[in-house]
Amino acid sequence: MNTREAILGKVRNALGAGDDPGRLEAVWARLMNAPTGVIPARGQLDTTSRVALFCSMAQQAAATVDRVADETAVPAAVSAYLRARNLAPRVRMGGDKRLKSMPWVDERNLQVRYGSTDGEDEVSVSHAATAIAESGTLLLVSGKENPTTLNFLPDHHIVVVDASDVAGDLETALQKVRQRYGKGEMPRTVNLITGPSRSGDIEQTLLLGAHGPRALHIIVVGG
Amino acid sequence: MLVTSPAFKENAHEALSDEQLRKALGNVRAGFIDKRAKAAEALPEFEALRESARAIKDHTLANLDLYLTAYEEKVVAAGGKVHWAETAAEARGIILDICRMHDAKTVAKGKSMITEEIELNDFLEASGIHPVETDLGEYIIQLRGEHPSHIIAPAVHLNKEQVEEDFRRVHTDLPPDRDLSEPASLLGEARRVLRRKYFEADIGITGANFLVAETGSSIIVTNEGNGDLSQILPRVHIVVASIEKVVPTLEDAAQILRVLARSATGQEMSVYTTISTGPRRANDPDGPDEYHVILLDNGRSAMLGTEFQDMLRCIRCGACMNHCPVYHAVGGHAYGWVYPGPMGAVLTPALVGIDKAGHLPNASTFCGRCEAVCPMKIPLPGMMRHWREHEWERGLNPAVVRSGVRFWAWFARRPPLYRLATYLTMPLLAAFGGRKRRFRFLPFAGGWTKYRDLPAPQGRTFMQQWRDRDALKQGGAA
Amino acid sequence: MPSRPVRVGLFVTCLVDLFRPSVGFATVKLLEDAGCQVEAPMAQTCCGQPAYNSGDRADTRAIAERTIAAFEGFDYVVAPSGSCAGMLKKHYPPLFRGDVVWEERAMQFSEKVWELTSFLVDVLGVTTVPAKAEGTATYHDSCSGLRELGVRNQPRALLASVEGLALKEMPEADVCCGFGGTFCVKYSEISNEIVEKKTANIATSSADMLLAGDLGCLMNMAGKLKRQGAATEVRHVAEVLAGMTDTAPIGGR
Repeated sequence: MNTREAILGKVRNALGAGDDPGRLEAVWARLMNAPTGVIPARGQLDTTSRVALFCSMAQQAAATVDRVADETAVPAAVSAYLRARNLAPRVRMGGDKRLKSMPWVDERNLQVRYGSTDGEDEVSVSHAATAIAESGTLLLVSGKENPTTLNFLPDHHIVVVDASDVAGDLETALQKVRQRYGKGEMPRTVNLITGPSRSGDIEQTLLLGAHGPRALHIIVVGG
Repeated sequence: MLVTSPAFKENAHEALSDEQLRKALGNVRAGFIDKRAKAAEALPEFEALRESARAIKDHTLANLDLYLTAYEEKVVAAGGKVHWAETAAEARGIILDICRMHDAKTVAKGKSMITEEIELNDFLEASGIHPVETDLGEYIIQLRGEHPSHIIAPAVHLNKEQVEEDFRRVHTDLPPDRDLSEPASLLGEARRVLRRKYFEADIGITGANFLVAETGSSIIVTNEGNGDLSQILPRVHIVVASIEKVVPTLEDAAQILRVLARSATGQEMSVYTTISTGPRRANDPDGPDEYHVILLDNGRSAMLGTEFQDMLRCIRCGACMNHCPVYHAVGGHAYGWVYPGPMGAVLTPALVGIDKAGHLPNASTFCGRCEAVCPMKIPLPGMMRHWREHEWERGLNPAVVRSGVRFWAWFARRPPLYRLATYLTMPLLAAFGGRKRRFRFLPFAGGWTKYRDLPAPQGRTFMQQWRDRDALKQGGAA
Repeated sequence: MPSRPVRVGLFVTCLVDLFRPSVGFATVKLLEDAGCQVEAPMAQTCCGQPAYNSGDRADTRAIAERTIAAFEGFDYVVAPSGSCAGMLKKHYPPLFRGDVVWEERAMQFSEKVWELTSFLVDVLGVTTVPAKAEGTATYHDSCSGLRELGVRNQPRALLASVEGLALKEMPEADVCCGFGGTFCVKYSEISNEIVEKKTANIATSSADMLLAGDLGCLMNMAGKLKRQGAATEVRHVAEVLAGMTDTAPIGGR
């Protein structure tokens, strides 16, 4: 008997469980139907209020938030962010179509590089798949469009999110991932990001920029 | 890790004389408690979520074999590998095999209590492989050769001067005249040093807060992002998790996530909640080439179907120890193994044996604060009492305790004799107490009078006086 | 109003019986003033916690059976102690799980059990007491009463009605005092650390008097206060509510 069988056997014995069809059915049903539990009322708002809540929760988590009318204003907003913080006018981003369609060329001084980062980039730009109002959280998925390294290595992470993609609650956001990839399927990495990296490990003093970005800047488009 | 739980009293004594530790533990009391209370208050659904989380775990545990097999199927379907390990030694062996297969020299580690439990770091070092703890707190204690004193804030017992000392001692390639007087400068240095390590690492090892059966995913929760860098940069990602970490669906994980960060640090969400599924896909520009999950039993299956099953609901948030007056007094190291505080008092005897860990469930006043704040509604004091019952049945208590309890119980079961004994002794004791009405010292009460005076009895017992009052009434009525 | 007076069985508790009967008599006064007929059955000794918390289930069950039998004839069972009332109300029934006869008897019994201040306020609807007391008091929430039985507002509400008495809350009033039954002698050094934090909090309140609803906690805190030379007067809340404060406080002055 191999280890797998030994462990499963011990579990079954301990539970006094057999191949009772009732059990199998209950498990199968839960896996298939994925019932939701308690959803906080907090994020169950109309679109305008939901986006406002997202912005305020994100700020409470020490992210900075900028709102622009439409996607054509994003490149200028990115340039403004870099200038305000005295950062070199260079960003790295993935191949996300939504980002690609923005007028970066209008920002003459801004150097845009593409692909994942090796850690030498100070600023990265990603596009979130969705966002969660109840906690001010961004949801990003791995892939060529938004390489995961862009979420963690640079000092400054700028994330663009469409107001129409802001969900009220965590379950709705996860449902969107499920819809995109198929039931039971996932990309390699789903990152739920709430504010910049931090640690309280030294004398309980909260400091930003532990290993991930020191600063998280969110640009909300529309809404 | 050497189990020093049998020396709990001696450990506690040392801890109580450690001024630096006492100051640090004051931070635990003040910080974590208020933050958790505020977070719970700010969410009207918090209590309902605790109940939902409890129900999800109970259902999962009752069907653990089925969920484990469902989980395994999905991991494999996503291109990952699942390894099963019954014991810590088996788990270590599997990890070493994977390391050897990839000729690994350096391993980046996310914070993982289970890897402490299986003593992975020492084993890897002995096998010529260098594990680097990337969580700041874990990194600091790794430099000191210490073990974590809290399950989510491993270096909570240290002050910044101690950290500075360690950094100067170990980071010898940096200019000696640099300023490390503030936590921010220490953090900056750690960030730079560890950034190099992430790139050097051949393999990244993390634990898992959850394993999701529906998708074959592992979920980790960090504030630093170290667990993420540990898994996306190296070529291989190994997840080590005990079997009770499984939850059925993403929705179920979401329920429990809502009470996890709030209970641990008072945050609505930890900064990084990461759901990892399999190795990199064909069109992924980054991510590991291989994804391995080690499913570890190490005593969990033996807890199922027993009065300790509820302990398997634990999500390692640390709320219990943050609220425990005993933990506040002595800190985590006194408990003598991996898991301190109330959850350690219940789990440690299950994993290392009640004969070694007997002090832990005994060193509790049963104040009940732990149970009141546990997001998974684990009846911690009740389970500590169950351990005491096991000790009693096996005769593990010191003889003086056993005979004391039986002596008292013998009288308590025999009211007429109890009455007689107390009618005789209490007035005598009262007389000895004198005008001051208290004893500075009393034979057989040394444990009490060492630190406190013992208030003297008033004299005749209540039942003695009540009997007289009754007799008077009846005499009057007659 | 009931047609006949409410019959209360007083569970006096072993500590009150042996160390401080005045608490028992204060309890009786409060109950009689509220219209109850009070009896203290002779067959009671101890709720069984010392055995229970030491893991000795056999002795605990034996004691529990005697206690249940002794109190079966009453409308209510009232104890001037959150921990003893908690033991009787919450922990007796599970002792008999699966026992055809005793499980039901234990359930019926436990439904009648109340801690004193909770009984006065929540069951009898008492809102004021006629007692007077000059000065300031601070109240310690004993753990079992608070967390097992929800005793928190009731003693404070009654104390608020005591003429001349001002309640001054201490920081961390709801944190353990370090007594914990045998814990305070088995792990005396840790217990001392906990009670020192408690006496520091008591000092912060600068109240003249310390009150609580559990004699074990009170003896622990009074013992420490006296060893530290503090002038704080320590009493059981029942004594103040009943206006019976002519006895020496716990541990003397």
